[in-house]
Amino acid sequence: MTRHIGDVILEVEDLHTYFFTRLGVVKAVDGVSFSLRQGETLGIVGESGCGKTMTALSLLRLVPRPGARIVQGKILLQGENLLDKSENEMRQIRGRRISMILQDPQTSLNPVFTIGNQLIEALKIHHYSHARELVQRAISALKQVRVAAPERRVDDYPHQMSGGMKQRVVGAIAMSCEPHIIIADEPTTSLDVTIQAQYLRLLREIQEETGLSIIFITHDFGIVAKMCDRVMVMYAGRAVETGSVRDIFNHPSHPYTQALLDSVPKLEERTARLYSIEGQPPLLWKLPLGCRFASRCSYTEARCETEYPPSFSVAEGHTADCWRLQGEWQTYQSSVSKT
Amino acid sequence: MALAIPQRVPWYMAPLRLLRAIFQVRQFPGVAMAILVFLLVIPGLFAEWIAPHDPIKGSLALRLKPPMWEKGGSITYPLGTDKVGRDVLSRIIYGARVSLRVSIEGIVVSGFIGTALGLMSGYFGGKVDALIMRLVDISLGLPIILVALVFVAALGPSFTTVIALVTILLWARYARQIRGETLSIKERDFIARARVAGASHFRIMFRYLLPNVVNTLIVLATLQVGFVIIFESSLSFLGAGIPRPTPAWGLMVADGRELIVTAWWISMFPGIAIMLTVLSFNLVGDWLRDHLDPKLKNI
Repeated sequence: MTRHIGDVILEVEDLHTYFFTRLGVVKAVDGVSFSLRQGETLGIVGESGCGKTMTALSLLRLVPRPGARIVQGKILLQGENLLDKSENEMRQIRGRRISMILQDPQTSLNPVFTIGNQLIEALKIHHYSHARELVQRAISALKQVRVAAPERRVDDYPHQMSGGMKQRVVGAIAMSCEPHIIIADEPTTSLDVTIQAQYLRLLREIQEETGLSIIFITHDFGIVAKMCDRVMVMYAGRAVETGSVRDIFNHPSHPYTQALLDSVPKLEERTARLYSIEGQPPLLWKLPLGCRFASRCSYTEARCETEYPPSFSVAEGHTADCWRLQGEWQTYQSSVSKT
Repeated sequence: MALAIPQRVPWYMAPLRLLRAIFQVRQFPGVAMAILVFLLVIPGLFAEWIAPHDPIKGSLALRLKPPMWEKGGSITYPLGTDKVGRDVLSRIIYGARVSLRVSIEGIVVSGFIGTALGLMSGYFGGKVDALIMRLVDISLGLPIILVALVFVAALGPSFTTVIALVTILLWARYARQIRGETLSIKERDFIARARVAGASHFRIMFRYLLPNVVNTLIVLATLQVGFVIIFESSLSFLGAGIPRPTPAWGLMVADGRELIVTAWWISMFPGIAIMLTVLSFNLVGDWLRDHLDPKLKNI
């Protein structure tokens, strides 16, 4: 692997994105912090509705309106706080500095335009001009995502392409303005397994060529192991554990991460019943006072019910929010202040 | 359907074939298109060269001449003359121009306003949507003939008044239809992708949403041409439309109504012109609706 991991380019501090609904305040993202280095892939893992996608949309300030609002926090992109930007300045950032690949390639392309047209459109939004040059750029963008015969393919309509091909075109559009960060929101869930592997390999190759940072949202630990450098596990709007892929797989420290890893079926064992985590995640508008996982956790103590645990540093760059770690490990904050 | 085998057909079968062609209009609107071209477009554009007589000046000596096949008719006035001696055929030919202009301008203006408001309503949702949809409800609830009479009483009958009335009546249908389509299209990922790529609201509405509703717009416009022509005729009939003596079909029908028993041709021929035009536009609209659906293409 010839990847160079550089400086921190994105830093998210204590991000809170709430929905204000008739039922009350839905805390979709409730105090998430993480950082992303240049050339690095960060995986965000968690079950449906835990706030993965809302975290991603918050980064682009595209939370669904009316209803949702980023109420607190900082999003520092190369030192600039995105939450202080005007809507016009944000439009310059979207697509150009932070881009996103969406889940479903079938509806990600406009059915009434050729893909060449749509690639050019993406460039035009950011005022790249000169018609001749635009076509060349569109073709080279297709080449970059390994579309065969790109000169001919630019004139195709989306319905003339297969799902895997469409997703690659969507990737080409996302990367056409050479962003620093790409957020991939479960880009492979609607592809079959072989195409999925191909697509992931392609993303890695492009990352090596361009030094792009990727935030990879998924619920598939296999993909995490293949793609990511670091992982953030989310549960009910909070990041419960963050660490390098190796640490998370070898020493999962939060009971939720342990349970998640246990529920991945293994080929070598034959079990009558697949493991699953008992119970349901808490309702996001009626969150418990203490640890959100307490009602489903097998290690629950009295304190878990009343007080949310701070982040404890388990190893270098590996933190988890669980009271069980208090004896063995210091809190993250105190360990940071020491170094 | 079995393939038609071309073969020699005796001349006396021609009317039968024409009849069959008319019944097959739903599959191919050739006949409807032809009627439109001959009745509306060519006369409308080239009235000065085609019409045999002046449509406004008549001669009282030649008043109430019957069509040429009736007793007393002559080839000079093929469809007869009206009560001030003007040639009915020439007036129908010039009247096509009025119908053409009213339908094109009325449809374009109302389509433009309705589409813009419909897109905004569907795309922004919330308060914008509520406001525009209430306006639509009000517009659809207006007693339009009454409004027309008030308008004419206040502003006097003119071409502009007719266009304004057509717009007031029609924009709401566009707005409502386009809003509905926008609601479903804006949920698709390519709109989300455009937002992620940094496109502005304006750009999303006009470069991403609008091209996806163009088919609907075309069909809607075609189906409403007939309606506009009838509406203009009704306004003219009531004296609230095109001012006299401009030849308009509805006005001609109105003019002939006291003499319907003795000189039926004055109102009958413009009436037939209205009916044929509207019918053909509706047939073309139906055909377009069936054929512009992208899912039915290549089948």
